[in-house]
Amino acid sequence: MTDYLHTVDWSRAQFALTAIYHWLFVPLTLGLGFLIALMETRYVRTGDPFWKRTTKFWMRLFGINFAIGVATGIILEFEFGTNWSNYSHFVGDIFGAPLAIEGIMAFFMESTFIAVMFFGWDKVSKRFHLAATWLTAIGANLSAVWILVANAWMQHPVGCTFNLDTVRNEMTSFCDVAFSPVAVDKFFHTVTSSFMLAALFVVGVSAWYLLQGRERRMATASISMASAFGLCFALLTALTGDRSGAVVARVQPMKLAAMEALYRGEEGAPLTVVGVLRPEQERPLNGDPFYFSVDIPKMLSIMSFRDADAYVPGIYDLVDGNEEHGIMPTAEKMARGRRAVEELARYRAALETGDTVVQAEVRALFDPARPEGEAFLRDYFAYFGYGYLDAPGQIVPHVPTLFYSFRVMVGAGVLFILVLALVWWFNRRGELERRRWLLRTAIWCVPLAYIASQAGWILAEMGRQPWAIQEMMPVSVAASKIPSGSVATTFFLFLALFTALLVAELSIMFRQIKLGPNDKE
Amino acid sequence: MDTLSFLQHYWWFIVSLLGALLVFLLFVQGGQAQLYALGRSEEERNLLVNSLGRKWELTFTTLVTFGGAFFASFPLFYSTSFGGACYVWLAILLCFVVQAVSYEYRRKPANVFGEKTFNLFLLINGALGPLLLGTAVSTLFTGAPFTVDRLNLANAGGGSAVVISQWTTPWHGLDAVGNVHNLALGLAVAFLAMTLACQYFMNDIDDAALVERARRRMIPMALLFLLCFVAWFLRLLFIDGYAADAAGTIRMVPYKYAHNLAEMPCVTALLLAGVVSVLWSFRRGARGRRDAVWFGGAGTVAAVLGLLLLAGWNDTSYYPSLADMQSSLTIRNSSSSLFTLRTMAWVSLFVPVVAGYIAYVWRAMNRRPLTRDELREGGHQY
Repeated sequence: MTDYLHTVDWSRAQFALTAIYHWLFVPLTLGLGFLIALMETRYVRTGDPFWKRTTKFWMRLFGINFAIGVATGIILEFEFGTNWSNYSHFVGDIFGAPLAIEGIMAFFMESTFIAVMFFGWDKVSKRFHLAATWLTAIGANLSAVWILVANAWMQHPVGCTFNLDTVRNEMTSFCDVAFSPVAVDKFFHTVTSSFMLAALFVVGVSAWYLLQGRERRMATASISMASAFGLCFALLTALTGDRSGAVVARVQPMKLAAMEALYRGEEGAPLTVVGVLRPEQERPLNGDPFYFSVDIPKMLSIMSFRDADAYVPGIYDLVDGNEEHGIMPTAEKMARGRRAVEELARYRAALETGDTVVQAEVRALFDPARPEGEAFLRDYFAYFGYGYLDAPGQIVPHVPTLFYSFRVMVGAGVLFILVLALVWWFNRRGELERRRWLLRTAIWCVPLAYIASQAGWILAEMGRQPWAIQEMMPVSVAASKIPSGSVATTFFLFLALFTALLVAELSIMFRQIKLGPNDKE
Repeated sequence: MDTLSFLQHYWWFIVSLLGALLVFLLFVQGGQAQLYALGRSEEERNLLVNSLGRKWELTFTTLVTFGGAFFASFPLFYSTSFGGACYVWLAILLCFVVQAVSYEYRRKPANVFGEKTFNLFLLINGALGPLLLGTAVSTLFTGAPFTVDRLNLANAGGGSAVVISQWTTPWHGLDAVGNVHNLALGLAVAFLAMTLACQYFMNDIDDAALVERARRRMIPMALLFLLCFVAWFLRLLFIDGYAADAAGTIRMVPYKYAHNLAEMPCVTALLLAGVVSVLWSFRRGARGRRDAVWFGGAGTVAAVLGLLLLAGWNDTSYYPSLADMQSSLTIRNSSSSLFTLRTMAWVSLFVPVVAGYIAYVWRAMNRRPLTRDELREGGHQY
């Protein structure tokens, strides 16, 4: 049992490692693809070779980033099978579909037209080439749609029912899965923030050229396009982030409570803008969890439920229950979940002994068409995942990680809006080159954008713990049965390989930027 | 045949088709494996890499889509095989990870590890990728040591007892490589990939010396392929297979795959047509014809499709369990639900559209063969 728990931990570490590395490259691909397409559109419409040269320069950087994104991406898809086999069986009927659609509808589009984009300048017509560039960008973003639908379903499983015969969850509504509020918000928030990151990358690299006094025309034109593009999507990121927060409050209240370090729920809950958390052992049971904090009164209630006096449950409320606000104690959910698991065990025993009476009884409980089945599925099976927990406290994710990652993400996002607005404004007035402090800030915004983007995913994924699928399956029963030492070995293997490839990617990227658009590729 | 059964057969066909296309597209790996055997100078190697470089992503994407489609349509196979034979699958994945960056980075200034390292990555991917994939595919016929018990989820005590699909040996898939029968298919796929690569170079590169070298090399590769494939196929005809009866109970059937050939004449005809087309491509290739790759490619797709249909249709267990016969997977006991298969069937209507634009782009990009002059002109290169 202990080795299996180690396997679970190492599998989590390996998946987190792969996802973090993969996500270092994806956002730039998503956004830069469209910026390149816009630049090439300018070239096709004006016929000005300057735009062709500019497009080709950014395309070269796109290619360097794209290759390593592909390399890290393939591992992720197959890790669901290699490391999370129970998960793959239990929800594969629902989760597999978006991955297959991603392959058929998006990956092929991306991989087919990217060859035209890079090698087709003199082989196909200008308009065909432009179409290929747009289709590459669209293909990349279409793949984001489906993988985010899959991820959103893990955060908020909908459109499915449990089948006792196959002992798994099965899809009942594709629309519910594809268009759930979590999926819609997750897609728009992820994609708009990725567009912002790509814009900051273009602005940052261009700012470096201006500081060096090189490539002034290309840098200014790129900044003009990217800052406007980035500012629009930075504002949309804020808007979609706000909507995401409201959805999280409804479907993952523990995630919200943890990222706000809200231990005791309250009506008219304040939003902590900044604060320093006390360590767990120093935190008084009913006292302030912060050494210090700056709060905005009632703002958390407004953001979560659009009501200044709305009640926002805290961590203790969700663990211990709160009768006044209709929150069931976790211990009760665990008892109900165990009953659901026990019914499965009873069914298994009945199958082994050939006891058809018990088999029929259990089948009735899992049949949503029968009244007793409807009641059992609603009152007991709905808490199935809780049946595997050992203690109510296990439902609390790591509060400091969530609290700080949320503030890093939001704080950086606010800074990006300000920087992009200033860059756009001064560039428009032709004064940007003189604002060297702003150019330097724009360069520093590039790594900060990556940190913010990673912080967002850490918040989303760590906030879902201990669940692989929210309230349906904890990570502790989702993994494959592999020796923990093997998973640890592959973890370090991936760590070494991905780090080596990242070093190569950064080195090549910096050299290409240094060489600029004039030099031979 | 009811709707569910029809969709299970349909999705096995789609997955098999993707697998067959993947085997054809492994010519990219076959080309990489012969980088130094065919390319004597740096310029020649660059020519080979840039010729393959226009297609490597198609192979990569087909592999990913093959995995995704398998996951969506037969999730129990995905969880059992990937979770159990994880060492082999991870080795395959690592081969493809190092490939993905190598094209783009190998000749870029400041790539830290040098061109030779990235060429080595291409060689590793080219040699091991098809070998391991072929070996893994062979286990669809020869089986693997696993058990499946869905109700293990009822083991609330926790620990690994809760895991549904369990591997019964500590080798986690490496045992497949030790099986000579599996290895024969692995070698056959590797040699076929190299043969197709030679045919592809003859079609895509306009360089007399390289084309002649590819033509000469194709002949021994084709013969080695034939040797391995015939050995594997003859053995297949004589081995026992598992089949499910109407109640879903698995039983052993002597000469199951020979029976399948007799009982599914359309599949047999497809397989034979594929083999004849591949053999014809060898003849065309040996005579230096540029169109050999099209016969080789079409034949490979048809033959592999036929073989995979042989593995999954006609109530055959496509993943026999060597540890517990009743755990063996069939398309009936391992598929997704009717709802999911039907939803996915609508999505599969996009496949002809995808095939159409791939064919259009391929034609547009390969209209003029690649020359040394084109590489000397500059532009984006690998």
